[in-house]
Amino acid sequence: MNINATLLAQLIMFALFVWFCMKFVWTPIVAALDERKKQIADGLADAERAKQDLELASRRSAEILREAKEKAGEIIGNSEKRASEIVEESKTQAKVEGERIIAGAKAEIDQEVFRAKEQLRTQVSSIALAGAGKILGREIDAKAHSDLLDKLVAEI
Amino acid sequence: MSSEMAHAATEVAHEAAHTSGEYIKHHLQNLTYGQLPDGSWGIAHSAAEAKAMGFWALNLDTFFMSLLLGGIIMFLFRRVATTIVTGAPGGLQNFCEWAIEFVDSSVRGSFTAKNNMVAPLALTIFFWVFMMNLMDLIPIDWVPLLMSSLGVPFFKVVPSTDPNATFGMAIGVFMLVVYYSVKMKGFGGFMGELTLQPFGKWGMPVNFLLEGVNLIAKPISLALRLFGNMYAGEMIFILIALMGGAWAGFSLGGVTLFGSQILLSLGWAIFHILIVTLQAFIFMTLTVVYMDMAHQEHH
Repeated sequence: MNINATLLAQLIMFALFVWFCMKFVWTPIVAALDERKKQIADGLADAERAKQDLELASRRSAEILREAKEKAGEIIGNSEKRASEIVEESKTQAKVEGERIIAGAKAEIDQEVFRAKEQLRTQVSSIALAGAGKILGREIDAKAHSDLLDKLVAEI
Repeated sequence: MSSEMAHAATEVAHEAAHTSGEYIKHHLQNLTYGQLPDGSWGIAHSAAEAKAMGFWALNLDTFFMSLLLGGIIMFLFRRVATTIVTGAPGGLQNFCEWAIEFVDSSVRGSFTAKNNMVAPLALTIFFWVFMMNLMDLIPIDWVPLLMSSLGVPFFKVVPSTDPNATFGMAIGVFMLVVYYSVKMKGFGGFMGELTLQPFGKWGMPVNFLLEGVNLIAKPISLALRLFGNMYAGEMIFILIALMGGAWAGFSLGGVTLFGSQILLSLGWAIFHILIVTLQAFIFMTLTVVYMDMAHQEHH
């Protein structure tokens, strides 16, 4: 319980311990703690950034999807239009073709009729000649009366 | 040396015959090394001898215990500091990190200036004082008995019950306070702080008296608070231990005393865990506050 030189010894020890603590304990440990704090902060920042990136990417993918859908719809629309156009076109073509065929057939029929008439006319003239020959009782000179007969044929 | 051994042997032999007063005195006596009355240097064997040694004597028990405890703390912290990893910390590193962060937040809470020395100072104080106080929880007879069987007459195992230890630290803090006061405010500023307030320049003597008391009170209160608490705590342990010492055969009184010694030491020891920590914390916090005041400009 006496005050003695222990006081000085304690004072010196105190100073040494504080110095040691400051130099060899506090600085490295606090440096390590700061380093870890920085790592954690960096990690969190990275996570935040990744989250933003993810959001951006998902937004972009959604947009791309939407665009693709739009484009697909457009393509389908176009092709439908084109198909109906083709149908329409072929319909008109068919109609034209049909009309053409009908016209051709009609012309042929006309021609046939004309030819039949022609034939008929020649036959009628020959029959008329034969009839007239019979009636006159003699041979009509076909040659002599051919111009007359031709006139007759033209009249029929 | 042989006379010392013989003396120690008689100490042990007479242990049983000690009166309560002698028992208490024996427990409160430091192992003092100094100049004996015959002029040679050696260990004092009685309180009177230790007192007669005057200032130039060393309390070996206080000295070695505080050196050992401070050394253990510094060794543990140093080991962590050399093997520290920034990844997931292991057990000891985790504890040291908790300690550092606890001290760091305490310092941040009450120290506003910038000084890289204050936090390590606070850390050293807290753990050193804590360890020294913690020695109070070792059953009080163990270490003195062990030591007297080794031929050492006295051994006080709690350094903070020695005013030399507490005053040594408090004076260290005081020197830092004065140093940083002068460094931050200049010598004139420090002197002005001591003499020009609270009553202005016409009340200089009164100011100096008031501020001087205020300044001196810091280390004294710091040292005496810790010393007083630990000394009183140890004294109560000694008094409780005396109850069992009154054992004299299986009588009702003897058994009651013995039982109450066990219960009371247990209770007091549990309560003392609080005191041990609290006193270390108070010493640390007040040091930080004093250092903060040293860095503050008063106008």
